[in-house]
Amino acid sequence: MSMVMTPLAIRLESCGKTFADATRALDPLDLEVRAGETVVLLGPSGCGKTTTLRIIAGLEEPDPGGRVLFDGEDVTLQPIEKRNVGLVFQSYALFPNMDVRGNIAYGLRIRGIGNAERETRVDEMLAMMRIEALAERRIDQLSGGQRQRVALARALAVRPRALLLDEPLTALDAKLRDMLRVEIDALLRGLGITSIYVTHDQAEAMALGDRIVVMDHGKVAQIGTPREIYHAPASRFVADFIGTMNRLDGAVDGGRFVTAAGAIPWAAAPAGALCVLFRPESVRLADTGAGQLAGSVSAAFFLGDRTRLFVDCAGQQVIAETSVRREFAPGTQVRLAIDSDALLTLRDEP
Amino acid sequence: MTRRGPAFWCLLGFTLCVCAFLIVPVGMSMLAGVTVNYQAGIESGFTLRWVGQVWDGYSDTIFRSIGIALACLACTLVLGVPAAYVLARKQSGLARAIEELLVMPVAIPGLATALALIVTYNTLGNFRTSWTFILVGHVLFTLPFMVRSVIAVMGAIDMKTLEEGAASLGAGFAQRFFGVVLPNCRSGILAGSLMVVTLSMGEFNMTWLLHTPLTKTLPVGLADAYASLRLEVGSAYTLVFFVMIVPLLIGIQVFARPVELGARTARP
Repeated sequence: MSMVMTPLAIRLESCGKTFADATRALDPLDLEVRAGETVVLLGPSGCGKTTTLRIIAGLEEPDPGGRVLFDGEDVTLQPIEKRNVGLVFQSYALFPNMDVRGNIAYGLRIRGIGNAERETRVDEMLAMMRIEALAERRIDQLSGGQRQRVALARALAVRPRALLLDEPLTALDAKLRDMLRVEIDALLRGLGITSIYVTHDQAEAMALGDRIVVMDHGKVAQIGTPREIYHAPASRFVADFIGTMNRLDGAVDGGRFVTAAGAIPWAAAPAGALCVLFRPESVRLADTGAGQLAGSVSAAFFLGDRTRLFVDCAGQQVIAETSVRREFAPGTQVRLAIDSDALLTLRDEP
Repeated sequence: MTRRGPAFWCLLGFTLCVCAFLIVPVGMSMLAGVTVNYQAGIESGFTLRWVGQVWDGYSDTIFRSIGIALACLACTLVLGVPAAYVLARKQSGLARAIEELLVMPVAIPGLATALALIVTYNTLGNFRTSWTFILVGHVLFTLPFMVRSVIAVMGAIDMKTLEEGAASLGAGFAQRFFGVVLPNCRSGILAGSLMVVTLSMGEFNMTWLLHTPLTKTLPVGLADAYASLRLEVGSAYTLVFFVMIVPLLIGIQVFARPVELGARTARP
């Protein structure tokens, strides 16, 4: 496929955004997106992720003082139509007055690309997104997944310097979402195009991002690889937003973390830590007499491949997962063993 | 097939009665226009004499009305579609207020609007005696219908995101407006056009005050004929009006229908 482009490096320098009604959508933010990298902006609604994307796209101007740099060149004052970035929307934004082919050809026509080459490029895109059969369809004859494929083809047809995706899978049902996510991942990696992907879905973020920017209330909460974000969350917010996190209050005492339900060996315990965090998959069910914590099952959910247990450990709740084939009635007494290597503490809390 | 109960036949009968109540007078009037002597009834025979008389005496009003309706359409398109675009894009309270204000000429009696125009522009050169004086009144009256129907369509298909999509593909404002905005408002523009043409064609209230003996429109001529000539001539005039307006309405609707369907199902 003749899609070889030099990937673009994007830099935001203290880009904040205050809207006309004085609401602060985004605190001044610095962000470096390396050439060819996929960066996911992740956070709950209203966290500023879409505003950040729109500033990069050129649909919003940052507050005075903010700069947007494409390969070192200041594009802050360039409108979107001059930036040559592909944009994919949650609502697809396909033109209802054109068929699939017309939609994909639109950007090429705007650029004055001749008929013959335009047709070739459109056919290339149709093949790449495997939608050749839909070429002559009207937009209202397509399903959501097909529409998003057309939207991707349309955005990529003009060979943009970067691809910006704003919750592209949110409007689709779960199964289709997973399928298209895998496709988008392969597509972005295959093309080597710099991409910025906005989502509120942490699973999507983990699967697609080379790096994830977790955002909250207009601020960056953490930037890191999916592994860093998952295994070493920088704050309580990140820990809670990505996956499920257990938290136990207690105190450090001679290489152990002591709670009301038992003590966990923790050689690397930071002095004075008053709470410990760990993921459900780091908790094992132990035999009677073994393990470190005692508790009673308060609820159990059978998920097919495993069972998720909510265990009451002397008044504190611990979520554990087990693949043991048995039923857990509420009130069942269990012993829990916690993997000491998986114990975490947070920088922003003692 | 499900069996139709008595309720169905009752409703059907009622509907047909109402239709007859509304349509029979129209038919009677048209029939009167081709009857030799209405008092004597249909037995007196049919004739096109009255139609001929209308054509001789009033054909200028017919062409003037068509001309004014088309000019009015042109004006409301040029003024109304961009206005609707701006009002639909701006979510401010001011935009809402302007949208409401635009409807004022519909709420205020046509006579009052006409009087205001006469008081203000009476002395402005030949404006008062020109057909454009009537045009101004018609544009005032019909503009809100165009603006409203275009705004409705723009609101229904999230024009803002469509435009952002077009902009991301490199389209400047003019390319977006003519290539994306206008084609996707077609159903609204056509519905608005239908309203504007028919309203202008049949407008009487305002035109009654605005016209001069040399700038009579079709409805004004119709009133004139009813008032001063035989009933048969007035009815023949009605017939001519129908023959003109019905094909026009059907034509515009046939033209608009497939597009309207497209716009309705296009919402994601």
